[in-house]
Amino acid sequence: MRLTRLWWWIVFIVGFLYFFLPLLGTFEFSLGHPIGPVRATPTLDYYASVVGSTAFWSSLGYSFIIGVITIVVSIGLIMPTAFWVRLRIPRARPFVEFVTLLPFVIPPIVLVFGLISTYSHPPFPFTYTDIGSTALLVAAYVVLSFPYMYRAVDTGLQAIDIRSLTEAAQSMGAGWTRILLQVILPNVRVALLSGAFLTLAIVIGEFTIATFLARPAFGPYLSLLGQTKAYEPAAVSIISFGLTWLAMILIAYIGRGSRTRVAVTGAR
Amino acid sequence: MSFLRLTGVQKHFPGGVVAVEGFDLEAVRGEFVSFLGPSGCGKTTTLRMIAGFEKPTAGTIVVDGKDLTYTSPNQRNVGMVFQSYALFPNMTVAGNIGFGLKVRKQSKAAIDRRVGELLELIHLEGRGDRFPYQLSGGQQQRVALARALAIEPQVLLLDEPLSALDAKIRIVLRKEIRAIQRQLGITTVYVTHDQEEALSLSDRVVVMSEGHIEQIGTPSEIYNFPSTAFVASFVGTLNLVNARVIDAGAGRLSIEGQEVRTTKAVTDAGADGRVTLAVRPEGISLGEGGEGSNRLRGTVDDINFLGSIVRIRLRLGEGTSGEPPAVVALDTFNEPHLRLPAVGEQATISFPTEACFVLGAARDGALASAEAGAEV
Repeated sequence: MRLTRLWWWIVFIVGFLYFFLPLLGTFEFSLGHPIGPVRATPTLDYYASVVGSTAFWSSLGYSFIIGVITIVVSIGLIMPTAFWVRLRIPRARPFVEFVTLLPFVIPPIVLVFGLISTYSHPPFPFTYTDIGSTALLVAAYVVLSFPYMYRAVDTGLQAIDIRSLTEAAQSMGAGWTRILLQVILPNVRVALLSGAFLTLAIVIGEFTIATFLARPAFGPYLSLLGQTKAYEPAAVSIISFGLTWLAMILIAYIGRGSRTRVAVTGAR
Repeated sequence: MSFLRLTGVQKHFPGGVVAVEGFDLEAVRGEFVSFLGPSGCGKTTTLRMIAGFEKPTAGTIVVDGKDLTYTSPNQRNVGMVFQSYALFPNMTVAGNIGFGLKVRKQSKAAIDRRVGELLELIHLEGRGDRFPYQLSGGQQQRVALARALAIEPQVLLLDEPLSALDAKIRIVLRKEIRAIQRQLGITTVYVTHDQEEALSLSDRVVVMSEGHIEQIGTPSEIYNFPSTAFVASFVGTLNLVNARVIDAGAGRLSIEGQEVRTTKAVTDAGADGRVTLAVRPEGISLGEGGEGSNRLRGTVDDINFLGSIVRIRLRLGEGTSGEPPAVVALDTFNEPHLRLPAVGEQATISFPTEACFVLGAARDGALASAEAGAEV
């Protein structure tokens, strides 16, 4: 028993160090490397420099908006698909799962080259305009979000008795749109939020597709910053990390209220 | 005139699975009809076809003169109560009950009024703002019933609504469902595999087996005059014994050399001149019985105390031509001064001629005896 406890602590400490040491290093560096050989005075100047930069906010804002649009499109595409597959064509589930896993197999560089070679000339001259390129970026991000969004939604749907809920709503006269929006969607809210925040995290940090489509996104900004500045990229990393944690706390907070409600559909 | 009419309804699933075959039923307005049968007999599939969740392969479903066979579920005015309640977890009790009215674009005041009426009907006044998870199973099923009734459906369908509840609540809710159904006069179809539920609730019972109707009748007809061996064995407990026909016209038979009579002539004996005779355990008494009763003598094989009743099993003979001996069980009330024979003793039992009926040609002797043992 004591030995098991000891092992548990060893694993925990190793895991903790593996995860937090790089973060601590980055944080220390973002303060001007005060415990390095130069022993500079700790400063928040680099944070101030990043936060005061217009490029930081515009690129972050751009990526955030693209992220939100991606989430909306992704939910609009994945939610009815996963619902229909579970309800009517469960035999198609392995195929749909395979399709949604393709982004793990096809690297973003291949995806973006495919998109550019197809949509950069008539009859689909998307890259001729800013809005066209942004649409391509969103389309690519929607594809990248497939594995996360589909799994999140599918798990959410698994947790409720969608067949009975759908049939109950139908027997009361509800059509498909109402069933999806008022019955199914609110009951997979937490799952959707998980998928949404994962998608947002991917979009905010994505570099390859945004660079090749020449979009002013956060990923290319971060890369450019890394090439020209020393301490600011570390500060940006810490800020990104903070924002991610904020998103996670938000998921936990929003999800806390609804989990108990969603869990019960049958006999107690 | 029939209000709900199913004519030649058939459902075949891919792979050649026949779920329902040749289903014909006519129910009058306000009638309570139960579909009773074992799992996989097609009762739920038939109910789902009435609701519109399954499309019949053939046949028609007509409600109040309107053919609904291929009408989508949300276009039929049919309320449904599910075994799993299927309450919307994200909505309050009032939200659940008022959902159908909201779909029908009724005013908020009208919805609130109707929800209030229904909450009163199901004895859940003041609980409209609760969520389903805050209610017990019985309360959830009451809400599901109110939700189905809110839209004032032409037909109310209940798919094993009580099977997820414990025995006491089941009995209470059973009575409530029947009372509400009578009060509202709504045509109701109730699916169950519980014979007690079907017999106690229904105006008529449809007994189903392997996708087809075995018998349609009032609970009394189903119990007392089963038309097939399946109905006889599925509804209630039953003694099934093989008998040899002595005089078919006079209804005279022989069990292990002892003569019994039935009230009807025997018309369906097998080529070997044997039939299966059925007698309810509660129709048999210990002793000689009254004038004209059938009497059988045998050895007491077993005595079981089952609370208010005592079940006695009697072996009528030693078996003939490789068949196991005929065994008959009888039920008697467990009175304090009841005098029972001991196991191994000889005893006489009796039953009126109308308490037994022939269920067709005798099946394999071993099967009939084994079934009798299992059933009683």
